[in-house]
Amino acid sequence: MAEEVVLLDFWPSPFGMRSRIALAEKGIKYEHKEEDLRNKSALLLQMNPVHKKIPVLIHNGKPVCESLIQVQYIDEVWHDKAPLLPSDPYQKATARFWADYVDKKIYEVGGRVWKTKGEKQATAKKELIETLKLLEKELGDKPYFGGESLGYVDVAFIPFYSWFYALEKCGNFSIEAECPKLIAWAKRCMQKESVAKSLPDQQKVYDFILEMKKHFGIE
Amino acid sequence: MGEEVKVFGYWASPYSYRAELALKLKGVSYEYINEDIFGNKSDLLLKYNPVHKKVPVLLHNGKPIVESLVILEYVEETWKHNPYLPQDPYDKATARFWIKFIDEKCFPTLWLAAWSAENEREKVTNEACEYLKTLESALNGKKFFGGETIGMVDIVASSVGYFIRVTQEIMGQNLLSADKFPQLFQWSEDFANCSIVKESLPPRDKLLPFVKGLIAKYQQDNAKA
Repeated sequence: MAEEVVLLDFWPSPFGMRSRIALAEKGIKYEHKEEDLRNKSALLLQMNPVHKKIPVLIHNGKPVCESLIQVQYIDEVWHDKAPLLPSDPYQKATARFWADYVDKKIYEVGGRVWKTKGEKQATAKKELIETLKLLEKELGDKPYFGGESLGYVDVAFIPFYSWFYALEKCGNFSIEAECPKLIAWAKRCMQKESVAKSLPDQQKVYDFILEMKKHFGIE
Repeated sequence: MGEEVKVFGYWASPYSYRAELALKLKGVSYEYINEDIFGNKSDLLLKYNPVHKKVPVLLHNGKPIVESLVILEYVEETWKHNPYLPQDPYDKATARFWIKFIDEKCFPTLWLAAWSAENEREKVTNEACEYLKTLESALNGKKFFGGETIGMVDIVASSVGYFIRVTQEIMGQNLLSADKFPQLFQWSEDFANCSIVKESLPPRDKLLPFVKGLIAKYQQDNAKA
């Protein structure tokens, strides 16, 4: 039976990028549908009635919502190629822990870096660097969080790299200066076609952030 | 080889409870260590969970697993009998969706409704009711979220079905009522009546004063902020 895979997405979303990467790693052909979040499609509202958010993965007509749930689903269904989660339960738990850590910290703290000024922004920057340093420590000397190949944590985390330039410009700081090993890891990931094709250009993301700042009246 | 399984928890913590219930459902013996999380966290806890410094921590043959949902997945994968997650990837994804919904929306909003200031309470309460309505739809006529038997969603929903119900009693609220949410109410009764659940839930008479004290603390801190 022909598999029908559709991804409802929004180009700057780091969550959408996770599913793009997972699908690309597995070599799955899919239809990519770009959503206008100010004018959500009937399909999106039908497929994700609870949250009305992207990304939504639609597999043979059935929706899977939430990016990390999608990545796990993709890994389980197309399990014969490029495994993202380890098979050992303890290593799997470790991967889940760090993906959860990325989920809890990066988006919220990063958001405060571009949405605030002065004291609040200084605090956000400090917190972001602490978070990134902890992740850098977890990476250690491994080429990827997944070890020798791209894994679950890499897929969960690398999309935020496309936002680093925008955060650095908004916060007037250098992430590479603080976390050189992490940036080396990011560049290594970007050499993979699945990642390079899934992440938007950093300048484009910065322009998008500037537009968002204007829209929300943030200086 | 003997399995060495330990749980570092807190008797009143809904998160800690999840880890214990999961092990009980699998029939796994474990040593329970109650942590003084409001006073003095043990060196072992800080060693096993340096990032978050929280309970629960599951220690399996010396290796720590932290975060209640990560623990639940680990227990399911390590002790494969009495499964509490479906086998089918799509059904599994659906269960994980509801678990996330309970953890990120349902439970925190219901807790907030208990201690938020007067002027915010109505708005938060309305939001909480919407979430309860959505959660009830996930039951879809089944006895438990897991079907005929308790599944992972039920384990996580214990936060709402038991801990929040106790909280509601203290606050004189009755959000999770039989007439507003008949299916969900029935589920919470059936769930709490399961022998395996009953034997591990923190006793109501101990929990009530504890939660009362906690709410007072939250209200105090909120007033200061």
